[in-house]
Amino acid sequence: MENPYLPYPVRIDNIEIATEDKSLKTFKFVFINPEDEKKFSYHAGQFAELSIPGIGEIPIGIASSPVEKGFVKFTVFRTGVVTSHLHNMKVGDIMGIRGPLGNWYPWDKLENKNVVIIGGGFAFTTLRSSIIYMLDPANRKKFKNIDVVYGARSPGMLLYREELYEWEKRDDINMHITVDGTNDTSWKYHKGFVPQIVEQNAPKADENTYAIICGPPIMIKFTQPALVALGYKEHQIIMSLENRMKCGIGMCGRCNIGKELVCKDGPVFTLEQLNKTPKEY
Amino acid sequence: MKFITIDKKNWAKGIEKSRETYRLFGPVKDKNGFFIRDLEKDMLPDMTCNDSVMSVKSVLFPQTEKILFASLNEAKEDHHIMKRVPFDPKQRAVVGIKPYDAKAVELVKMNFDTDDYRDPYWCDAYEATTFVGVGINKPGPFDFSTSTGTGPFSETGLDVLMADLDDAYLAKILTDKGDAFMKSCGFDKVADEKESLALFDILRKEAEKNISSHIDSSKLKDKTVLELHEAPFWDDIAFSCINCGTCTFVCPTCWCFDIQDEAKQKYASRFRNWDTCMSPLFTKHATGHNPRDSKTQRVRQRFMHKLKYFIDKYDQGIMCVGCGRCVKSCPVNIDIREVCKIMNSYVKSN
Ligand SMILES: Cc1cc2nc3c(=O)[nH]c(=O)nc-3n(C[C@H](O)[C@H](O)[C@H](O)COP(=O)(O)OP(=O)(O)OC[C@H]3O[C@@H](n4cnc5c(N)ncnc54)[C@H](O)[C@@H]3O)c2cc1C
Ligand code: SF4
Ligand code: SF4
Ligand code: FES
Repeated sequence: MENPYLPYPVRIDNIEIATEDKSLKTFKFVFINPEDEKKFSYHAGQFAELSIPGIGEIPIGIASSPVEKGFVKFTVFRTGVVTSHLHNMKVGDIMGIRGPLGNWYPWDKLENKNVVIIGGGFAFTTLRSSIIYMLDPANRKKFKNIDVVYGARSPGMLLYREELYEWEKRDDINMHITVDGTNDTSWKYHKGFVPQIVEQNAPKADENTYAIICGPPIMIKFTQPALVALGYKEHQIIMSLENRMKCGIGMCGRCNIGKELVCKDGPVFTLEQLNKTPKEY
Repeated sequence: MKFITIDKKNWAKGIEKSRETYRLFGPVKDKNGFFIRDLEKDMLPDMTCNDSVMSVKSVLFPQTEKILFASLNEAKEDHHIMKRVPFDPKQRAVVGIKPYDAKAVELVKMNFDTDDYRDPYWCDAYEATTFVGVGINKPGPFDFSTSTGTGPFSETGLDVLMADLDDAYLAKILTDKGDAFMKSCGFDKVADEKESLALFDILRKEAEKNISSHIDSSKLKDKTVLELHEAPFWDDIAFSCINCGTCTFVCPTCWCFDIQDEAKQKYASRFRNWDTCMSPLFTKHATGHNPRDSKTQRVRQRFMHKLKYFIDKYDQGIMCVGCGRCVKSCPVNIDIREVCKIMNSYVKSN
């Protein structure tokens, strides 16, 4: 068995500024040993440890999609030691990636179901991965209706804008893009907070509809009652948690909620599961 | 079952001889008490040790351990590519380990050796180590090991269990690893099996009689996590705790760790260090949000992990071997035996 602490060496292939305030950048990595890409085979919803020798490691959701080959992508918010260092790195620099880690959105269970994706702020990374996965020609027929509610403070703070506007034009996905506010008179989409847009636009739940939510705690807190009002039951609400992590493999002990380790038994849980564990997230 | 008698006059010479094959660890006394140390040349395990301040966990899981390194020198072909610190394959033996500490190693193994991942640092060290235990004839007042599935003469996790008979040791060989160690010492005087078994039995019963402290954890399994987590007693239990973390460091079953990097000149190292759930930083997010922000939440985490989550996860009893170290070392006398009693007897009132 391999050493789970040993990262795969990667090269930064591209860096894109993701938001207008430059606090988020999207990094595209290429594996230095091509055979490592196969070993890093992942599902939408998983995360990895980005590993910078001498600086540290950070858990980051995988923003690229399993159907995109030849690279992996992560979108990172600059906040502390490792993320700031990463933001200063250049194309061509060498670092490491450890993973894929954690569980993923329950793709088997979601087959033949309506899927509603709800995201806020920069917690849209694994949701992007999921949307690309579901829209892939080989996969689209496995799912029924797909709705996406995604909101940010302002238009320039939305991640993956080009893709959002492309999806908006398609007829096999219902996009509900929103911003808290904007002075831009040409803004054609919604204005308002995510919970409110969910209440007004998300489909009512029947037993074949599932919602996946990722976002800041405050958004999640107010979106839950909106979903309950639309008839979603606890087991139909799927969430991804972000506890502080180090090992990512269930050994260092810090990310637990009750007996579950968020890094290994999660990060994806249904609200039904979460309601049985201590609220330590 | 094979038994060997070792005349204490031959002990030192035999132990010295084993160094040809083994790197030795064992109890050593300093001004603060007994500690388990790497025994340098001419150092012998101090077999008078009745209980050590720190447990043997550090033999397999050092307080600080370098796990990976990389060159940061861009002129080098493999710069910024991390590699494992080479493992020293020499066999190790811990001599004079207490039975409850050997049981603790078995509990910690469940964390580091799983179906999904194998921690190579812990597991390689474990596989290279022989555990030579010695029964505790006179357990101290903090020892409650008979309530935790071990005891002063328990064999779980040991390769050899010795009994101290004043002028000799009687060694019960439990595994092939134990047999190999005894051979490397040149200890080969076989003792009568029936007599030896009887003697061990007497010593065990005597020792167990000396244990005055007991806990009952039988009802914890059937309570729900939330019932215990939301119980009203946690503020009282945590009230005097100063979050020093001593209880977690001395505990043979606490395994939580941190990972930290260091760069010096053109060389990067990655270390893992013992960590403690008693520290607020343990769970603090970069955003400042902290799911276990208050002292009560952290104290509750420690006891819930040991006395509830562990039971639910593995169904192998509690994550405590009753060594009593945390009780003895806590500066404000927080006592896991008391906490266990409160939790075990708690019935939620509606
Ligand atoms: C499953 C998961 C997915 C994530 N996905 C993303 C993502 O796609 N994009 C993004 O920008 N951020 C994401 N985060 C949050 C990101 O991990 C933290 O912002 C990051 O660790 C901060 O590191 P730092 O060194 O800059 O901060 P510092 O405050 O200097 O943190 C020091 C160390 O503590 C740990 N740490 C601190 N905060 C967190 C935290 N919130 N979560 C986990 N570990 C932490 C890390 O090991 C970090 O290196 C995710 C977190 C988790 C758990
Ligand atoms: S040793 Fe005592 S005071 Fe220190 S953290 Fe543990 S319980 Fe609290
Ligand atoms: S919790 Fe206390 S008594 Fe139990 S094993 Fe740890 S240190 Fe020993
Ligand atoms: S991050 Fe180490 S156990 Fe989850």
